[in-house]
This record gives sequence, C-alpha cells and structure tokens, in this order.
Amino acid sequence: MEALVAVMIGVLTATGVYLLLRARTFAVLLGLTLLSYAVNLFLVASGRLVLASAPLTDQGLETYPDPLPQALVLTAIVIGFGMTALLVVLALRGLRESGDDHVDGDRRGVEDRKP
Amino acid sequence: MSHLPILPVLLPLVAGALLLLMSGVGEGVRRSVGLVATVALLPLAVALLMRVADGTHLVYTLGGWPPPFGIVLVVDRLAASMVLLTAVVALASHVYAGDGQDLDGPQFQPLFQFQLMGINGAFLTGDLFNLFVFFEVLLIAFYALLLHGLGPRRVGAAIHVVVLNLIGSSLFLFAVGTLYGVTGTLNLADLGRVMPTLDPGAAALARSGALLLLVVFALKAALLPLGFWLPRAYGAAAASCAALFALLTKVGVYAILRVYALCFGPDGGPVADVALPWVLPAALATLAFGALGALGSRGLREAAGWLVVYSVGTLLVAVGLFSEAGYAAAVYYTAHSTLSGAVLFLVVDLIGRQRAAAGDRLDVADAMPHAAVLGTLFFLAAIAVAGLPPLSGFAGKVMVLEASGGAGKAPWVWPVVLGATLLVLVALSRAGSAVFWRTSDAGAGRATALPGRGIAAAAGLLACIVGLVAWGGSATSWAQATARQLAEPEQYRHAVLGPASQDRDLHRSLR
Repeated sequence: MEALVAVMIGVLTATGVYLLLRARTFAVLLGLTLLSYAVNLFLVASGRLVLASAPLTDQGLETYPDPLPQALVLTAIVIGFGMTALLVVLALRGLRESGDDHVDGDRRGVEDRKP
Repeated sequence: MSHLPILPVLLPLVAGALLLLMSGVGEGVRRSVGLVATVALLPLAVALLMRVADGTHLVYTLGGWPPPFGIVLVVDRLAASMVLLTAVVALASHVYAGDGQDLDGPQFQPLFQFQLMGINGAFLTGDLFNLFVFFEVLLIAFYALLLHGLGPRRVGAAIHVVVLNLIGSSLFLFAVGTLYGVTGTLNLADLGRVMPTLDPGAAALARSGALLLLVVFALKAALLPLGFWLPRAYGAAAASCAALFALLTKVGVYAILRVYALCFGPDGGPVADVALPWVLPAALATLAFGALGALGSRGLREAAGWLVVYSVGTLLVAVGLFSEAGYAAAVYYTAHSTLSGAVLFLVVDLIGRQRAAAGDRLDVADAMPHAAVLGTLFFLAAIAVAGLPPLSGFAGKVMVLEASGGAGKAPWVWPVVLGATLLVLVALSRAGSAVFWRTSDAGAGRATALPGRGIAAAAGLLACIVGLVAWGGSATSWAQATARQLAEPEQYRHAVLGPASQDRDLHRSLR
C-alpha cells in the first residue's frame, strides 16, 4: 500500500512538472492540477496510512487515522480549486487579449493601452 | 482573554464582506467605508504595539482550543510592528487610489480589504498551516488587484505570477506535509520544541522540509533565482496597488525571520541553522541584480520594481546573518524599505500621469507642469531608496553593515552593498535627469491639475520616513528589543505552550 501511494504521488508530480514546463497555458494548467492532486495525496499520507479502521476514531480502537491531515487536505483542495478556476479565467482572458495561448503572451510585443 | 489580537484580521474581513454586499451603492459611499476600515487599523495596531511593548507575548487561542492542538495567534514586538507598518502603507495606498484609480476596475474596495486581512493574518498567526491559508488569502486578492484596470501587459504579467505562486503553494504544502509527518505538529512554537528531540533517522526529512519552506518564502520575498517575476508584475500594476505590494515581499521576509528563528534556529538539534548557508549568498546576488536591473530599466515603473528587489536584497542580507544585530538591522530596514518602496511607486505614477505621451518612459518629452513639486518628491524618494543620508535608508544600511562586521561577513557584504548603492544612485540620477531636465523645447505641456490626494499620500509616507530618522533613537532601540525577542525563541514557546518540561507524550501518542 505504501509503495502504491508513493508511486502514485511520484508519477503525478513528475507528470505535473513536465506539463508545467510546456509553453501553452492549457498544458501548464493541467500540470498545476496534477501537481495539486499529488500534494493532496501527499498530505493524506503524511498522517500515516491506516487500513481497515474507523474513519476517525472509535471507542477502544487501537490504531486510527490521524484526523488533522484530513482537515488540512480539505482546506488545500478548496483553495486549489479556487486558484485553478482563477487561472482558467486568466488564461482565457490572455488568449482573448493577445490572440495567443503562449504563456508569454504574443511575443511580437504587446504594448499596454494607455490608461 | 482579550480579543484584540484577532481584530486586525476580523475588521478587514467584515469590511470586505460588507463592501461586497454594497455593490449597488454609490462608489463614493463604498470608498468612504473602505477608508474608515483602513483608518481603523491604525489605532488597533497602536493598541497591539502598546500591549507588547514590555516584551509580553499576547497569545490568542481561536475557539479556546489549547495549543498545540488548536490554532493560535501570537503577537510579539515583531508581529505588532509589522501590523502597524501594514496599516500605514495601506492608508497611503487607499488615499492614493481615492483619486479615481479605484474605479478603473470593479470591486477594488473589497479586494483591498481582503488583501489587508491576508497580510495581517500572516503576520499574526502562530501556526504553519494557518500561515499557508493566510498566504493564499493575500495571494488571491493580490492576483485580482494586479489585474485591476486590465490591459494586455497586466494579463501577461499576471499569468506568470499566478502560475509561479501556485507552484509555490504546492511546494508549501509538500513542506507542511513533510514536517507534519516527521514531527506531528504544525504549531510554530511546538515545532521549535520538537526539533531537538527528533530521531537522527528523521533529521534528513526535517531538513528537506525546512529547505522547501525556504524556497517558498524566497519566492514570495523575490530572492534571486526566484525573483524574476517581480519587476514586470509590479511595473505593470496600478500604482496604488503596487505601493501595497511593496508590503507583500516583506511578508516573505517576515516568514523567513519568524520560522527560521523560532523552529530551525541554533537550538534546533539536527535542523539547527538549516537556512544559514543559503540566505546570505542569495541575498547578496539579489541586491546586485536589483541594482543592475534598475540601471538597465527603460521606464520609471520598471526601475521602481527593480528597486523593490534591491531593497529586499539588502533586507535579506541582514536576515541572512541570523544574529541578534542582524535581526535588529532587519527590523529597522523593513520599515524603511517598505515605506520607501511604496512612496517611489506613488511618485513615479504621479510623474507618469503628468507626461501625457511619454508616460514613465525615460524619453525626451515636453517639459512637465508642476515639475518643482514632483521633482522635490522624486528627489526625496530617491534619497530614501538609495540609502543616502539624512533619510532612514542610510541609518538602516549602517546597521546592516555593522551587523555584518560583527558576524565576520564584512569582506563579502560591504563591497556588494556599497557597490549596489552606487549603481542605484547612478540609476536614479539618470532617471531623474532624463525625466526632469532632458525636455524638448516645445514649452510646458498641457497642465493637468495635480491630484491632491496623491500628493498627500506620497508626502505622508515621506513624513514617516523622516520620522524614522527624527525618532531614530527610539526606533533603533525598539528594533533591538525586537531582535532580542527573536534571538530568544524560548520565551515565545513558553508563552504559547507553557514550561518546556510539559508532558509531550500526550500528542506523541497520537502517532
């Protein structure tokens, strides 16, 4: 089980980093999403993996999962979701303004319109 | 239990929510409500400062859950001074934005309040995960304010900033997960207590967690290999927002100061002084690079962005010494560097608005109307930023140099700091003479009325810089007292957790 989770986190992180290094905003966005999945799994695992037990705790139970990482992960998921949504909107906006989905915008030189 | 420590977080939260609900009401009313909420931060910050002036730590347990299980807010001298600094800079930016810049895009007022909530929260929290949450609160408001009043350049710069900071957030969570997995706690005071008792087997993990955190904080503070996003983004942002953003890099610096003094300091056992070999060289490189960037800028805004990088570099040189004298220099220089960075952004924007066609570019243009007033403001701001006497930058720089001498790092620090100062001086004189003296003969351009609020905001910030010198004695002794508190982290831990011999088995047994 540990090996499986570790490999999953590793694969997600590696894929995420690879996509992050691409030049198009959509690939970068997917990369960030995969990276945040990896982070969330990692946070759950930081409370140790406990199999076949109560989800939180129960009377007379010897081993039970650590509840704190679960709370952390919930917060991280919510924040990551909001941030990804913002980035989607921003990427679309960039596409519309510069007519190009390259992360650097249109490289033929964009002048800011006068305020 | 007094509820004072949470008010600097609650007040902007409530005000921001209220301002969101008031979307239908006239902008004048919203602006006034925003101004009242921003002004009200000042007495709160002063009250906090008075409460901790005798060296006590105010500990506020949210929901009454005892630490290390519940989340705590902790106010010490450092946190209180940062909250006061936030209140001052926020007031100036808000007044400046009141000239009409707040109407360039929707929802400036609530975003401004949420930004303040995030900043204050990051300064006050005593918990690592809570620090992450407040970072995210201030970041999402930061992204939105960065885009305020749109334009292709802003969108392009914002995509970089958002992607970089999202990667930073992921790294922060990796670091938090690693540290929690090793120590079983995220309370900063408790982390400091646990570190010396770590198994040798877990030491490597703890060290990598601590260094990952350093990467995250360095990204926020724009330390060199991670600071390239800053000049472009700040140069593109609206001036009133950019002035507030001068604070955001200081949040990163504050986090380095707080976490590495409290959790990974000299008494940290296997992770003792883990950041020591990294911060100083990176800071020196940042300093030199910021000065070079300012020299190479083609516009005043861009130069102002690079000068923020430069001043963060100087600040982190002081932090990177990790000595009591270094901390004192850092505390004093933080105040100076934030105020001078903010005032520079405001003055540069005032100048840009008067030169209709040329804007802030260093081109030959029509002579500027109101050149005397703007020239004086620019001259004073430039003296402050370059760190020349008589303004506070000079005193701050002397403290940094002295601290580096005490730590035996003078051979590296002195040439870089002084050389960079010279470069900045050249860059600012070049910019000033290009803007004010190399004018075409077409006579004075169309006179635009000087914005009264803008001048008032810039002059107010300059007055604070002068105040830092005029009351330099008390400011320095406050900085030294703050540094003493930082250098004795056991006081902080005692205030949060009680005596050191407390039974630790309770939450160890959760493992």
